[in-house]
Amino acid sequence: MRRPVRRTLAAGVVAGLLALGAAPAAVEPPGIRVAAASDLQTVLPVIAERFQRSTGRHVGVTYGSSGNFFSQIQNGAPFDVFLSADIEYPRRLEAAGVAEPGSIVTYGFGRIVVWSRRGGLVDLQRGLEALTDARIRRIAIANPEHAPYGRAAVAALRHEGLYDRVRSKLVLGENVSQAAQFVDSGNAEAGIIALSLALAPTLKPEGTYYEIPLTFYPPIEQGAVIVKASANKAGGRAFLEFLGLPDSLRLMQSFGFAMPAPDGRAP
Amino acid sequence: MDWPAIGLSIRLATIVSLVLLVIGLPIAGWLAFSRWRWKFLVEAIVALPLVLPPTVLGFYVLMAVGARSPIGRAWTAWTGHSLAFTFEGLVLASILYSLPFAVQPIAASFAQVDRGLIDAAATLGSPPWRTFVRVVIPLSIEGIITGGVLSFAHTIGEFGVVLMVGGNLPGITRTVSIAIYDQVQGFQYADANATALLLLVFSASVLALVYAIVRKPWAVASLR
Repeated sequence: MRRPVRRTLAAGVVAGLLALGAAPAAVEPPGIRVAAASDLQTVLPVIAERFQRSTGRHVGVTYGSSGNFFSQIQNGAPFDVFLSADIEYPRRLEAAGVAEPGSIVTYGFGRIVVWSRRGGLVDLQRGLEALTDARIRRIAIANPEHAPYGRAAVAALRHEGLYDRVRSKLVLGENVSQAAQFVDSGNAEAGIIALSLALAPTLKPEGTYYEIPLTFYPPIEQGAVIVKASANKAGGRAFLEFLGLPDSLRLMQSFGFAMPAPDGRAP
Repeated sequence: MDWPAIGLSIRLATIVSLVLLVIGLPIAGWLAFSRWRWKFLVEAIVALPLVLPPTVLGFYVLMAVGARSPIGRAWTAWTGHSLAFTFEGLVLASILYSLPFAVQPIAASFAQVDRGLIDAAATLGSPPWRTFVRVVIPLSIEGIITGGVLSFAHTIGEFGVVLMVGGNLPGITRTVSIAIYDQVQGFQYADANATALLLLVFSASVLALVYAIVRKPWAVASLR
């Protein structure tokens, strides 16, 4: 009696798994696959949703580190569009013949802030100088060796002549989100993170920030590019055009990005 | 080649495997000989790090040692700094992460010890702890070596947990796996390759050693 029941059950489970595996592939319309830097995690879902509503085209976004996407796309990752946090990666992809020539656009500039938890030790009135306070033992930044926001953080500290004074306090996140997480979890007293993260719904109520002037660090130019091997270049182009519309740019601004000057130069 | 990172990883793995031997022996002994009916629950908890993603463990450790948890606040009040981003923090996280790699082989070899010998020791008046130290442990030495070597090697190869709680400080928390990751991220493929190759050769040698201990090729040769 028990064995047939078990066999039926097993067959049911297998059939269910097969159905789960097969269903999305059968239903999904030809969409646009986007690889996006993690600092876009708050604004891009809104833009993608608007794009879907106005064009009916589905956008699937994968978030991650721009450097990882760079290596993956070079090795044939199936993305149509790459939204990098650093325009250097799209440029290198173009030079390597992996990106569609001439398709690079700058879609915004990253901004950095000093961030600390509400009620913390950082007197943000003092700006970057506040980080020299002895009660601040750890300052989280993204790894400057490969994360654009980390490079900007170090540049801003150097610009203010503070780098050598706070250097021993720096802890490195793998990316800027992890740096924010180090502060949010209370393991670091302050961090230099992306404004887009400080404004994120999950972090905004938790902390306060001081915005570091754009002149303190080289522009964090965010570039997008169409992948050459993409099977849906038209869709990718349409998405990039949508990203450049005034409405989308305004949205990007409200989510913490700076916009290029009308002549396309850094703000 | 990032020698400080390699040195740090070796130091970390040595400390972790020694601590794991000290705490792993009694845990394995209890798992092998206890008749408690809920023992399987403890076995499941010990085996958890085998199946949990390192990110889960790292996330919980980060939360546990941070200023938002009572443990973290107590530690910070006592030492003046958070356990995150310190070598001690890595030791703690690695002990949790490598626990099953030490305990499971040891418990398995304890369980294989001839019950007759244990009973004989008991009838000769040996208290259980002495039987454990003088009979069970010497007869399980292969399992103990295997557990020590595996937890050492596993700690050397640890990545996710260190990434989550380490903060990438050179000489303190930048282990060899993190160094390789940084090199790959920074497009220093030649450096990454050299370090990775060293790790590959090391890991293959360690595993060969473990299987040699289990299979005893020299014993087969001496039989002929």
